[in-house]
Amino acid sequence: MSLTVTDLRVHYRTLRGEVKALDGVSFTVADGEIMGLAGESGSGKSTLGKSLIRLDGRMRHVGGTVELDGVELPVGDSAAMDRFRFSEVSVIPQYSMSALNPTRKIGKMVAELLASRGERLDPAELERRLELVGLSRDVLGRYPIELSGGMKQRVVMVVSTLLNPSLLIADEVTSALDVSSQKAVARTLLGLRDTGLVTSMIVVTHDISLVYQIADTIMVMYAGRLAEKAPADVIVTEPRHPYTRLLISSLPEVGVRQADKRLSGIPGSPPSLLDPPEGCRFRDRCPLAFDRCAEQPPFTEVAPGHSVACWKAA
Amino acid sequence: MWRYFGRKLLIYGLTFFVAVTINWMIPRFMPGDPVQSMLSRANIAQPEAVEAMRAHYTNLFGFDLPLWKQYANFWAALLQGDLGISIWVFPTPVTDVIVRAVPYTLGLLVPAILLSWVAGNRFGAFAARRKWLDNTALPVGYVLTATPYMWLAILLAWGLGIVAGVLPVAGAYSFAMEPSWSWEFLGSLVEHWLLPFASLFLVAFGGWAIGMRNMIIYELEADYVHYLQSLGASRRLVRRYAFRNAILPQITGLALQLGVLVAGALVTEIVFSYPGLGHLILKAIQNQDFFLLQGTFLFIVIGVLIANFVIDVAYVVVDPRTRIGMGEAA
Repeated sequence: MSLTVTDLRVHYRTLRGEVKALDGVSFTVADGEIMGLAGESGSGKSTLGKSLIRLDGRMRHVGGTVELDGVELPVGDSAAMDRFRFSEVSVIPQYSMSALNPTRKIGKMVAELLASRGERLDPAELERRLELVGLSRDVLGRYPIELSGGMKQRVVMVVSTLLNPSLLIADEVTSALDVSSQKAVARTLLGLRDTGLVTSMIVVTHDISLVYQIADTIMVMYAGRLAEKAPADVIVTEPRHPYTRLLISSLPEVGVRQADKRLSGIPGSPPSLLDPPEGCRFRDRCPLAFDRCAEQPPFTEVAPGHSVACWKAA
Repeated sequence: MWRYFGRKLLIYGLTFFVAVTINWMIPRFMPGDPVQSMLSRANIAQPEAVEAMRAHYTNLFGFDLPLWKQYANFWAALLQGDLGISIWVFPTPVTDVIVRAVPYTLGLLVPAILLSWVAGNRFGAFAARRKWLDNTALPVGYVLTATPYMWLAILLAWGLGIVAGVLPVAGAYSFAMEPSWSWEFLGSLVEHWLLPFASLFLVAFGGWAIGMRNMIIYELEADYVHYLQSLGASRRLVRRYAFRNAILPQITGLALQLGVLVAGALVTEIVFSYPGLGHLILKAIQNQDFFLLQGTFLFIVIGVLIANFVIDVAYVVVDPRTRIGMGEAA
């Protein structure tokens, strides 16, 4: 087991109280697995992604453990976490376009970053990695402003994976790109896993149709909790959780004339996580809701590799 | 790049021309007649002698010519390095008077500007990362930067000079001394320099510290800092990068503040009777000394323009984005 997360709870401190963005999340990611992490905004998927590498100033680790390759990660202790960052867990952030220091040449920045981690830069290896994503070595002598958005994204991908992390978190990496760049990025992510530079990967996204192309498994989150995790094709073809079903049915299909069939959205909106309701959090929007939903459904395995948190799915 | 500097130089040239023209005009708008005041100083009773002297002086200073001709002659003389003759300390050339005063002003201004900028930036960056210091030093910084230079100067002169009596409050050296290269004289110079320097330094220091503190806090929330932290970069590296980016607006700020600092120094000199350019301006106004006033302003204009140009160049060196912008324009 590469990554084991047990009952992870992360809250946001706000003036109006604690926002329970991650409220008891347990799952595993196997070696070599690419897991897509999907959900609408506010579902806690980005919080989960950040929790595994770096909590920002307002986030607080309330409970639960994260274990990577048999070692527990001190997710709540930023200073102790430094040892694992980059080398064990790494991230391709959502803001790749602005992730590079504007006043440093890229090559110099990379060298300084590695030096500050006590690692030595191997220029030949760096150039090889740049070539893998279709960049020439010239980019090392340039400032970030001289690169296009897509180039910056690729540079960040190379930098983030330079120390061959065991786990890579790709946070909404395709959100700001046009479709052809999205395809290139998706392919690069696959390549990183296939060449063994990265052992396993969590791809945080709201775009199920894109993550379906590269992910082995997809995990769907709703309102700070897990809804469903299953192999990618199972999630798309036979989802068990009513939220996943509605989510999939909201996606347009290529070749289908939408004049004949109106796309159905999901009526309603997710509950506030400041003071979330008891029981299943999807209850108010769920067409299948019944009395028992007042009680929180456990996240249980209903088929091999397929876990769902719904009373109706079992 | 050369096109960029060419354009800059053109703007500086234009600024110079306009500023010097205004400098020429300002004294001539002042009420009073310089020749008349010279005559009354001479204290001559005979009307014929007075008339003869008036004719002589008026001709000497060129006041009998039409204004446009005076203006043209002024430029012609200026381009030959001739600033005219002082009325206040007649017949010393204005250039000599100014050259004697310039070292004092530079000796005050250059250390005050540079040290306050460097120290203020360092301190601001330091305070930004310590909450207790931020909470105590910040209000002090706001008070300092809001204080008018001469007001702080008066306060310091009163507190340290009059009440405590530890430092002298007037002149550049003891009135009992003649300038010489002795340790005693140098000690006296430093002693007299401390208070005017301190009043300039403190006000500017507060401003730079606050600016830097705000910039560092902003930069530490920038994406590139979050990325570095996510990859476990050392705090030292993060701080260095943030400082380097935060310093850019401070350089622009320095260019903008330069004029204010110079003006502050001039007023401070008057408070402490410090024999620099500020002191000269006061004397020139009191004595209707057109030429000295013109000359002093000219020096200040040149000084500010040169300093601004240096800052322009420095900015290009530290911010790669300006260089790239130039590359695209050229």
